[in-house]
Order: sequence, then C-alpha cells, then structure tokens
Amino acid sequence: MNHDPARRDFLRLVGVTVPAGMVLCACGGSGTDAHGGTANAFFAPGEMDFIQAATARLIPTDALGPGGDKAGIPTFLDLQLAGPYGRAERWYMQGPWPTGIDGQGYQLRFTPAQLYRQAIAGIDKHCRGKYQQPFVGLTGEQQDEVLRALEGGKVDLGDVPSKTFFNLLWQNTQEGFLADPAYGGNRDFAGWKLVGFPGPRYNYVREIGEYGKPYQQPYVSLIGRAPGTALAHAGEAS
Amino acid sequence: MARRMPPVDVVLVGFGWTASIIAQELTDAGVQVLALERGAWRDTVPDFATDHIQDELRYAVRKQIFESPERETLTFRNNASQTALPMRHLGSFMPAAGVGGAGVHWNGQCWRFLPQDFVIRSHTEQRYGKGFIPADMNLQDWGVTYEELEPHYDRFEYLCGISGQAGNVNGQLVAGGNPFEGPRKRGYPLPPLERSASTVLFDKAAREVGFNPFPCPAANASRPYRNPLGVQMGQCTYCGYCEWFGCGNYSKASPQTTILPVLLRKDNFHFRTHCNVTRVNTDSTGKRATGVTYVDVEGNQIEQPAQMVVLCAFAQHNVHLLLLSKIGQPYDPVSNTGVVGRNYAYQITSSVDVFQKERLNPFMGAGALGQAIDEFNGDNFDHGPHGFVGGGYIALWNTGGRPILQHYLPQDAPKWGAGWKKAMHENYLTACSIATHGSVMSYRTSYLDLDPTWRDVYGNPLLRLTFDFQPNELKMSGFLTDKAAQIGRAIPGASIHEKKRQGPYSIVPYQTTHNTGGAVMGDDPKTSVVNRYLQSWDVPNLWVMGASVFPQNAGYNPTGTVGALTYWSAEAMKRYLKNPGPLVTT
Ligand SMILES: Cc1cc2nc3c(=O)[nH]c(=O)nc-3n(C[C@H](O)[C@H](O)[C@H](O)COP(=O)(O)OP(=O)(O)OC[C@H]3O[C@@H](n4cnc5c(N)ncnc54)[C@H](O)[C@@H]3O)c2cc1C
Ligand code: SF4
Repeated sequence: MNHDPARRDFLRLVGVTVPAGMVLCACGGSGTDAHGGTANAFFAPGEMDFIQAATARLIPTDALGPGGDKAGIPTFLDLQLAGPYGRAERWYMQGPWPTGIDGQGYQLRFTPAQLYRQAIAGIDKHCRGKYQQPFVGLTGEQQDEVLRALEGGKVDLGDVPSKTFFNLLWQNTQEGFLADPAYGGNRDFAGWKLVGFPGPRYNYVREIGEYGKPYQQPYVSLIGRAPGTALAHAGEAS
Repeated sequence: MARRMPPVDVVLVGFGWTASIIAQELTDAGVQVLALERGAWRDTVPDFATDHIQDELRYAVRKQIFESPERETLTFRNNASQTALPMRHLGSFMPAAGVGGAGVHWNGQCWRFLPQDFVIRSHTEQRYGKGFIPADMNLQDWGVTYEELEPHYDRFEYLCGISGQAGNVNGQLVAGGNPFEGPRKRGYPLPPLERSASTVLFDKAAREVGFNPFPCPAANASRPYRNPLGVQMGQCTYCGYCEWFGCGNYSKASPQTTILPVLLRKDNFHFRTHCNVTRVNTDSTGKRATGVTYVDVEGNQIEQPAQMVVLCAFAQHNVHLLLLSKIGQPYDPVSNTGVVGRNYAYQITSSVDVFQKERLNPFMGAGALGQAIDEFNGDNFDHGPHGFVGGGYIALWNTGGRPILQHYLPQDAPKWGAGWKKAMHENYLTACSIATHGSVMSYRTSYLDLDPTWRDVYGNPLLRLTFDFQPNELKMSGFLTDKAAQIGRAIPGASIHEKKRQGPYSIVPYQTTHNTGGAVMGDDPKTSVVNRYLQSWDVPNLWVMGASVFPQNAGYNPTGTVGALTYWSAEAMKRYLKNPGPLVTT
C-alpha cells in the first residue's frame, strides 16, 4: 500500500491522516461511500447527513451528470475541514475581534471547521423547530427553502451569520466539484466533464491555434487517469 | 542580546525580482552581497514540477504559494474615521514569500509606462491647466524621465526574453505593435505568443470598432531563448497554470529562470532563507545605516552589519520596515507633511464578460497571453471633455481556464442548483472576459502607517492601510469599462455583462498585487523618501527598490518599470560605491 504512488500523492496533497478505507473511497471513485460505514475524518455522522443532503441540492443529479453528493463532495469537505484549511492555519487569528464593514473581510473568530460545526447544529435546530425534522428529513423543496433562507441571512445560527456559512459552504462545494479528483471530490471527473476541462494537461503548443476544435485527450488528474473514464464532455456524443 | 554576524558590503532585504537584479549587478562590480529572505528556497525542480504545481486548489484557492497572513498581514480601512481591521486571509492582493518573490507567480505582463506618465503633473498642468487636478490629489513628477529609463527597460526586457511586437522603434511606427508606446531603441527579443481563440475574437472586434489592437508584451517565452547572462529558457507550452503558480517549464521569466543560475555561482554572493528582517539599524546620528536585524527560523534575533542596505521586500513591506526603523518622517495626513507612508496607490480594474457560441478552449493560455488596445491609457486621448486624470489599457487576457476561479456565468444564471449546473455546462468553453486596467492617482487620504492595535508574530505593529477609490478613478474606470463593452458588443453573437468597479474599495476580492507608493521617489525631500536614484534622502547608504517608489500608479502592470528603475538605480549604486555620499544634494 505504501508503495502505491497514487496513495502517497493523495496523502501529500490532502495533508491529513485518514483511515485507509476513506482514502480508497476517495481515490477509487467507487466502493463504499464515506457516509456508508467508514469513519469520517471530521464530520460526526449527523453532520455528514446534512452535508450529503445539502450538496445534493446545491448541485443536483440530473441529465447533465452526477450531483454534489455523488461527485464525492462530502468526502472532499470532510478532508478539507480535518486538515490545515479547517484549522485556518494560514489565517491571521489574533484578537481583538470587532465587527467591521463588508469591505474589510472575514472578522469572525471561528476557523472553517468551527464554523461548520456551529452552523450545522444551528440549521438542524432551525429545521426541527420549523419542520419537526432535521434537514436530512425534509423534502427537496423544503431543503431548498432552508438553503435560500441561509443564503439570505435569515436563519439564526447564534454567533455565525447564516449568510457567511452559506457562502462558505457553496464556495467549498464548488471547490469539491471542480478541484483535482486527488482531493476526494470531482469523482470520476464529474465536475470537469460537466464543463469540458481536461485537467492538468501540460502542453497545448499544437492545439492552441486549432480554433474551435474540441480538445480530444482524456481527462487526467494529478494522480493519473481514473480507469473507465469517458472522454466526452458531458452531454455530448463521444 | 542579538547575535552579530560578520559584516558584509551590501545587505539586501528580500530575495525577489529587485534583489536578484541588484545582487547580479553589484557582485559584478566586485562587492560582497548578502540577501536575506523571509521565505523558503524554491526552484523550478522540484518545486514547480508539473506533476504537482498544476493544482488550482492548493496554490490558487488556498493560496499556499503566497505570503501567509498568519505571520504578517496588514490592517485596512477606507478612511481615517473607521477602525482598520486585520486582513485575516489574502484577498485584494497577494504578496510573495520565498526566493524569487512574486517573480515566481506573476503573470509576466511586462509593460513600459508612457513618457508622459513620468512627468504627469507638469504635463497635465501644461495641457489642461492647474485647476484640472483635484485639490486632494498628490500628483507628482517622478524625477526621472522615460528617455533616461529606456536603456534600462531594454535591459529588463532582454533579461526576461519578452515576447511582443514593437510599435515604435526610434520614433518610427511599426504596424501591428502598440502605436502609443514610447520610442524604443529596438524591438522585443522574441516574437509575440501564439494567439488563442478568444484573443482572436477580441482582435477582430477591436479593429471593427476602429481601435488598434496589438499583442501584449509577455514574459512567457514564445521561443527557446538564451538571455544576455547566458541563461537558457524553454518555449512556453500554454499550460494555463501560470500566474499564481510557478512555471515548470523554464518559460516564465523569474529570478530562477533568468539570473540565479549565474548569480548563485559567484563567490561574492550569499543568501539566507527563513530570515525575516525586522529593523534597519542606524548609528547614533540616524544618518547612517549600520545593517539590519533579523529573526531566523529558530526565533533568534540576529544582527547583520553592512556598509549599505537595499530594501527589496516589495511595496508595502519596504514601507513597513522604514516605519518600524523610524527612518524618515512618517506622513501625517492632517497636516499633509512627512513622507514615509505618503502616496499609497493601487490599480483600478473592471471587466466585461462576453458570452458567445464559438468554442474557445480557455484552458489553453499563458499568464501574459493577450491582445490589448492603448487608446485610452495615460494621456493618449483628450481628457478635457471627461474631467478626470489617468487611463488604462483594455485587454483580453487568456491566462488559463482553471475551473474553480476562472469561469464566467451570465448575470441571470442561478447561483446554485440545476440552473447553475446548466450555466456552467453551457458557458465554460465559450465565455471570455475583457479586462480594463486603470491608473490610480495618489491622494492626501491614501496612506500607510503603523496600526495601534494588532501585531505580527514578531511582536511588531502591523502596517495600516487607509485607502479608497476616489471619484476621479471611478469615473475613469467607468469610462474604460464602457469602451470595453463597445468591443464586447462587436463580437459576433455576443451578449455581455458589464462589471463596472464600484466603490468603496474592498480588500476581499482579488484585484491586483500592484500596490504602489509609501516611499516615493522625487526631486524634493519634502514630498519624497528617495531621490531620483532611489537613494534615501535621510540615510544615503540606504536604498529602496520596487513599486513603493512610484509617486502614483499608471495604467499598466508595474514590473517592467520596477525592473527598469532597478537597473537605473544599480548604475547609480556603482557610482556611489566608488565615492559614497548623497548622489543628489538639495
Ligand atoms: C499573483 C501576482 C501576479 C502578478 N502579475 C504581474 C504581471 O503580470 N505584471 C507585472 O508587471 N507585475 C505583476 N505582479 C507584480 C510583480 O510580481 C512585482 O511587481 C515584482 O515581483 C516586484 O518585485 P520586488 O522585488 O519588489 O518584490 P518581490 O519579487 O515580491 O520580492 C520581495 C521579497 O522580499 C521578501 N520579504 C518581504 N519582507 C521581508 C522581510 N521583512 N525580511 C526578509 N524578506 C522579506 C518576500 O518574501 C519576497 O520574496 C504580480 C504579482 C502577483 C502577486
Ligand atoms: S503558461 Fe507558459 S510560461 Fe506560464 S507556466 Fe505554463 S509553460 Fe510556463
């Protein structure tokens, strides 16, 4: 296992120690879902339920391809929040902490990991109060209603402005959909196939002048080409 | 007690673009040079190898290639009535940390400023009258002219292997180049880069509207190139992971790809990494620098004596060091006196997103691959009817199509959900964006000083930035954006989204790392920190490099001019070393 370069690269990229089953699941693009039995690196099971449900609404599965949950975004978020990003390792986190104006940027004392934890608890509380169910138990329409309320800053999440959380969740969700599959999201290149981005290719000297022509090479990740990957831009005949 | 190192002739603070040039020049002149860099050593191999550098999440989104605000940041407010708050993560600009400085992760958009830019106050007064300049605008001539800098622009361009098309050689206009540029002695060392599909669209549309588009000057090598130092560069492969990344292909000009292979072999050059300089030390008269103090990787305070000190730490860091070291009179915005921190300026940008049907494959690109027009830069047009000072270029840059941060969606596209997904699917390959890149003048109300509350990891007060876009800039930028929209509309089948820059200035979205001023150059010590050779008025064995010396900013990216000024100053330093003392007396 330790001699597997893909696994080594993956661990280096993600920068976090996680259970082996998790890594396999993140790289292999199939098999057990992070939710289904394997331990999460960051989320508690109830939190993971929220993340699965929310990412499936933010990027739904449809004729154009897999949605956020199926594209591995929950795994991506779990690993990101367990790692240096979740701990805000590169952020300036010294007080005092007065509130500022929008143009002064983020001024909360929460790390991203703390923000998710606090917000998800608050959202489930809000849902139980309003719909007598946690978020995961709501219908799709109700879930969208809650997401829109978060987006509009209308849900009371204690010290966390709900709009701040929504924006972070949506930003991180897009990252999980469109970042290199090495990070556990964008599974089977779901995000890149949707848009037609071939991945970290290195040389376009020949192709750059071929105006209007589709780029034909297979999708590729920093940790190689996943087996069985279709070549076509989603929705196009191959 | 600080440990004391053996003295050197010259100590450089930072080891980025300007430090590398100074080190190369002064070691050639025979002196001992030491560069102190706060960041790590890094080189093309292994640090920028394509098997891991092409990682949008790590480098561009999580910003791991840049300065870490956790160690040092600044506080920001729009005006003096607000409380400045720390920039807790990087946003509007992203300073470098590590050998090569921002030269590692710049785009390579390498421009010359216009001849009038260097004499903007006298030129403006002469053409439009004194009353044309707003009362609170600290407009200032540079003390150096384009003609004086021309040979030094040339040196920087040949060092870097700039790909481009000359527009004016010795006063003779050359078809296909920028007809507005100042006269140059010879053409660029390399022909322009290949054009991408979107830059071809822009070119056609701009011509149709009646403008003169030309290929932007690029520090991405269009052909293999050997520079005058004998360093070999490879041909750019249009990999699209250029700005915000290091180049794995030896194609983007940086200290590593143009100077270091020669410099690092010299016995009279040394550098130390993970050394954060915290003070420039002076003797009891305060008129002579005795060296610097730095904190090493283990947290030890170390004193480095030197005969001469050169600040090469990037715009705002140079000013921070001057303020911490109490060298020069700090600027006081109330009385409009003092100089250190005065005339901070920036860049004002906006864009026009274009949605059309042709496939553009945006991911094939390079950091400085673009077509531009210069009709509305500097004073290339009559400002009389418009009532503002300044201008900028309008360009379509095709730097890459990294999908997280480089995609454009129509204004009415849903922000998330199925509609977002459909819009991503329909637009990623076919959308592009026209950029405007405007000048920002200096104002009484835009300045840098020390923050009273927040501190960095070394216990020093953070730098405090007070800055906002003024009506002059917003008006100018709006004018440029309308012109860009005119070009956008001329693209067949296009619908456009005109994104004018709105005030107030926000530190959150990335705009440019073109911070300028705070230690400006000039002819008068009452309104400048350094003389026309970039030598401190107060401490003649101290010099300041980089965009901190710009009296105000022009409508171009800064580094061509930073490079030219560095060579200009290096020549002056060589004269100074033979006969130390102030090079300009007042
Ligand atoms: C993302 C990005 C894109 C850019 N694109 C362009 C472009 O296309 N065109 C253009 O003209 N310009 C561009 N620039 C700007 C350009 O990179 C800079 O103008 C240029 O690098 C400035 O050179 P410098 O020597 O002043 O600073 P740098 O090259 O940044 O070097 C400064 C060095 O000093 C070190 N340092 C700072 N403080 C200390 C201290 N206290 N002690 C020790 N070391 C210290 C830093 O770590 C750094 O390595 C870009 C910048 C960025 C960040
Ligand atoms: S686009 Fe060209 S210059 Fe830029 S990183 Fe890629 S190969 Fe290097």
